[in-house]
This record gives sequence, structure tokens and C-alpha cells, in this order.
Amino acid sequence: MSDDAKKVLIEGRAAALRIENLDTDQIMPKQFLRGIDKSGLREGLLYDLRFDAQGRARPECVLNRPGYEGVSILIGGSNFGCGSSREHAVWGLQQFGIRAVVAPSYGEIFYSNAMNNRLLLVTLSEEEIARLMADADDIAGNAVTIDVGAQRLTSRSVDAGFELLPRHRKMFLEGLDSIGLSLTYQAQIAEFARGHWARAPWLKDVAAVARERLGQPTH
Amino acid sequence: MNAPKTFYRKLVDSHTVARLDDENVLLFCDLHLMNEYTSPQAFAGLYEQGRGVPMPGQNVAVVSHIIPTHPTAIRVIADPASALQASNLKKNCDHFGIPLFDTNDALQGIEHVVAPEHGMIRPGMVVICGDSHTTTYGALGALGFGIGTTEVEHVLATQTLAYRVAKDMRIRVDGQLANGVTAKDLVLAIIGRIGAQGARGYVVEFCGEAIEALSIEARFTLCNMTTEAGSRGALIAPDAKAIDYVIAHAPDIATTHRVAALAAWKELRSDEGSVFDVEHRFDARDVAPQVTWGTSPDQVVAIDERVPELAQLAQGPMRSSAERAMRYTRLAEGTAIEGTPIQHVFIGSCTNGRIEDLRAAAAVVRGRHVAEGVRAMVVPGSGAVKAAAEAEGLDRVFVDAGFEWRKPGCSMCLAMNDDVLAEGVRCASTTNRNFEGRQGRGAITHLMSPAMAAAAAVTGRITDARKLETLQ
Repeated sequence: MSDDAKKVLIEGRAAALRIENLDTDQIMPKQFLRGIDKSGLREGLLYDLRFDAQGRARPECVLNRPGYEGVSILIGGSNFGCGSSREHAVWGLQQFGIRAVVAPSYGEIFYSNAMNNRLLLVTLSEEEIARLMADADDIAGNAVTIDVGAQRLTSRSVDAGFELLPRHRKMFLEGLDSIGLSLTYQAQIAEFARGHWARAPWLKDVAAVARERLGQPTH
Repeated sequence: MNAPKTFYRKLVDSHTVARLDDENVLLFCDLHLMNEYTSPQAFAGLYEQGRGVPMPGQNVAVVSHIIPTHPTAIRVIADPASALQASNLKKNCDHFGIPLFDTNDALQGIEHVVAPEHGMIRPGMVVICGDSHTTTYGALGALGFGIGTTEVEHVLATQTLAYRVAKDMRIRVDGQLANGVTAKDLVLAIIGRIGAQGARGYVVEFCGEAIEALSIEARFTLCNMTTEAGSRGALIAPDAKAIDYVIAHAPDIATTHRVAALAAWKELRSDEGSVFDVEHRFDARDVAPQVTWGTSPDQVVAIDERVPELAQLAQGPMRSSAERAMRYTRLAEGTAIEGTPIQHVFIGSCTNGRIEDLRAAAAVVRGRHVAEGVRAMVVPGSGAVKAAAEAEGLDRVFVDAGFEWRKPGCSMCLAMNDDVLAEGVRCASTTNRNFEGRQGRGAITHLMSPAMAAAAAVTGRITDARKLETLQ
């Protein structure tokens, strides 16, 4: 912990989104999923919440309120990011400038996607979240500091530790080329596959065999 | 003697290449399905890093989400960005030698309908896809779950995933579903009781008399929607019904392979005395046709029930979330769900776009007509489902009744193509998500079974399909 490399601090101002089960369809609506790269998702973030049908900013949305420009921490309701697997939701949050989300719980696929992109997700109790939301509502008191190395979040009225699995902690603090790391197992994977297919030969090339049996695509 | 193991743990163990740490294993993936919108950035990552796809035959891609469903002979994707996603998918598949079901392939369809109907899903497999409804494959005793695009790239490059092992949940359903009550109603009732995150962190194994009685297609529906309770997978131990389905759809499992496969599949069940972290019990006889009233799949009631009274909900997030949902769906607390007028009906999706679903809807529709002011469409789950329905004359039943009979795809389930609802339109839908804006900005979705959606189409209101006399 004394190691400086392990000291990642996220300091920023927070906004509260009091919505349970905020699904990834809402975080990044369908019309923004048509790209073949990751660009252009900032505009799409929480689009229907931020803009009306005519594209005008909705004043009731906290992210449009004066003083909330540049917030980098979102305080959310439980099951944040449930639903669709679209990683665009995570990319969009990051492109908007969000560095961390704090909520009582998260959709599972969203959680993995966030970790893979080093978007920090902090899990706190409902009671701590309620206090944190109250802090976030006050433009003069919405500063939040998250010490990832120490696994501790502090705001005006919350000072709480949080859990991170060792793998996720490592991804955050050191960066982790997950694919590169798995490729160091290449020989073991090939060896595993040989044994696996010796036991269950009907699983080898299961997609290619089906495609071949069905013949060339017809119109 | 070894400690008893759950079916789920057996699947994880039989696919573990290496243990990475206390929580994670390197998990071998037998089949990786891809679509056009969650894979492009993964392929781009491979090109950028100069990485290959070592096992292309364990991967398959389908154009499904963006595809137009207009009944034209050759389908043309009008939106330039979406067209690029499709052509890009073909380019990527060609480059890496990955099998593809392209836009105008007669067998094209939704990934979760296409894969099992062509025998690509077999008991004991690990199947992943950049799509949350990959839990569908539990119906055949395969562990399926959704992944994000970074993980799509990981699988392409290594045919494995760094996988955090889930916890075990078992849901036992005793008794039999009554006539007119389907797997869709059962899964909605389960989600309604355990909640939209009731299975978060768990792989759910279903068992019990009611599950055994379900057809394989009904089991697809059940396992498909288990993700809406937040689960990381759904499983049903493969029985004779599941094995017959697989053998019928996978003719390459022949002779000696078949003997070995049948022997191996016998082991695919939780051992006697297996310990589950959580167990739930339901009675199928308590389940009536279900209809969602809110904007989360757990905001659901039986057809003879009412939208909840806010005062009866626990104060706090549950109540505020219900309030928000009622504002969006424009339903007052305490309103009877039955009789609610609808303007649109959608029958299709990976949840309910298979032949049995279309038969159930057609049985209600036959001899009737879509109510005035209602637009109703049927989008078969795949080209094969469409052809089978046409061979049975179901297309005529729907068209004669005033339905649109369209080409296969995801369509209005998530409205990523041009099938989008307008603000305020209320839709009886056989899909899986009633989220805000899912079928179009401001559009209101009521999830229900195919028979219930068909009944809504012909009456113009949310209706108990059991009250309509069914003409076979």
C-alpha cells in the first residue's frame, strides 16, 4: 500500500441519479450503437434523461443543472447497469468524463465491462448511498475522493471502505493486459483443447461443421 | 468419496484450463456467437495488436440486431452506419475464417434461435456471446452467458475467458402449469417474486415437475429470461427430451460419437446432496398469465390483478421506482391491467420467436381479426422458423387476420433497426425487456406470452387469452 504505484486517487464532484435498475438501454440508447468503433458515445450517454424528444436539454436532469458541469462521479441506485451486455454503456460513461460510479449493486455484465475498461465501480450500502446522494445534491458539498489503493471513499458525510476483488484491484492499480496474460497460457489452452476434444469429439469445430452441413449461404 | 458437485460446478471444472486466483479460472469456450454490433471493436482490437483467431470453427456470427424486417425479397439495410456494421462483420469473418449467417442468407435470424436449431448447442458446452440472452442455452444443458466487447476480443484471441465463478442457486417448480399458462408466464412470475436482481451473481439451475413437463422451446424461453433476474446463467439438466432435440438437430453426432455423447451427457446433473447457496420453490399451479405494468421485468402482475397501490410497497427505492415506472407507463396505481387499450402488438424475439410461439399465437388469431386502430406484427426468430411456419400455413392465418408477416431478426425487441415505436404507443410484446425507451422513446411495453399478445391484438386491449375460445 505504501508503494506509490498503488496509489490511484479519483477526486471529483459527484451527481446523484436516483434510479433503480438503471439499465444499459437507458445509459446508451440503441441509436448510438451503430458504429464500428468506440467513438461518438459521449453524446448518447443517458440521452433520453438528458434531452427531450426535440433534443433540448432537460432542466430536471441533474447533469444539466448549473454547477454540475464536469462531474466525474455518479451515485446510482441498485442494479446499476442491468440488462443488455453493450459495453458502449461503459465507453459512453468514460467519454462523458465519468471515472467512477458508486451504487449498492451492479448488473453483472456491466460490472465486468467496467473493470475491463478501468471504470471504477464502488459498492456501498443503501444507507451510505443515501448519505452520499444527499452530499451530491449540494453543489457546495459534492466533492468525493476515492483512494483505490486504500479502497476507501470519502465525501462530506461518508468515510467508507469498499471491497475490490484482487484481480480487479490489480487491473486498476497496475493495468492488466488480460488478453496478453491469457495468451501466455497458449500452450496449455491447446493442450486442454486436445484432451477436451478427445473426450468429446462432437464439440470440435462445432460451428464450422454446422455451417458446412447447411451448405453455402442461399438467398 | 468426492463431495457432491452441482451441475454448474461440473461445467466449470470440465472447462477450466487453469486456475487464475481464488475467484477466477481460465475457462475454455466451446462456442462463441457474435452479432454485428457488439463485435466490431473486438475485431479492431485484434488487427491493432496483430492477433489471430486460433480456433475459428468454434465461433459463428449472425447479422441480427440491425437487420430490416420488411417483407422484401432482398433485404437492403438503408441506414449507412448499420450497413457498414453488416459489411464489416462479413469482412471480419472472411478474414479470420469464421462461419457467418449474413443479411440475405435464407437461414439468417436471431443468434439464440439460429444456433440451437442448427445443432450448434449441445449439452455440456460453454457458450458465450456479446448478448445478455445467451443464458438461453441452459435449456439444453449448456452453460451460456453474455459478455462485453472486451471479452469478445479475449475469446476470439484465446478461445477462453478469465471467468469469475458464480454462486449456485436452485429453483424448483412443482406441479404443472395450467392450460393457457406458458413458460413466459412462469419466468415472469419468478422474476416478479425474486426481483430484477434476485439471481444476481448466481447461476440458476431449474428443476421440478413443471420444468420436466416443458417442451425444449419453452425451456429456451425460461432460460432466456433468467438473465432478467440478473443471473449469470441458467441450467436444466438434460433429459431424454433435450437429448432427442439435440440429436435431431445435430446429425453429425452419429455412430460411435453418439454412444459416447449419450454416456457423457448422463453425468450432466447435480449430484445427490449438492449444496446450493440459495434455493427457491415455486408451485406452477399458482401461476396465471402474467403482464408487466412497469419498466423493469419484475414489475409484473397476473392478468386478473391490478397495478400495485404505492402505499402497499415498502417505502424507499422500491416505491420510488414503482412511482417512476407508473409515470412512464401512464398507468395509475390500483388500475386493473386487464382491459388496458394497446395500439401495437409485437410477436417475436429470442424469447418468443420460435415455431411453438407462433403456433400458440396463431391458435388465438385464427378466424379473428386485428382490432381497429391496432398495428400487429409477427417477426419470426429465424429463416428456418419462418419457412416452417409458412409450411404449416401460419403466415396465412396471421395475414388474413391483419397482421404483418415479416422477415426474421431482433426487430422491435430493442428497436435497433427501423422497427421503432413512437412516443406514447402502448405495445403488447412477447419480448424480454420493458425498459424505458426500449422499443422507442416514450413507447410503453407490456411483456406477455405469445397467446396473450395475440389476444391483445384481436381485442385491442390487454386480455386474458384463456377467455377467448381457441379454434384449432
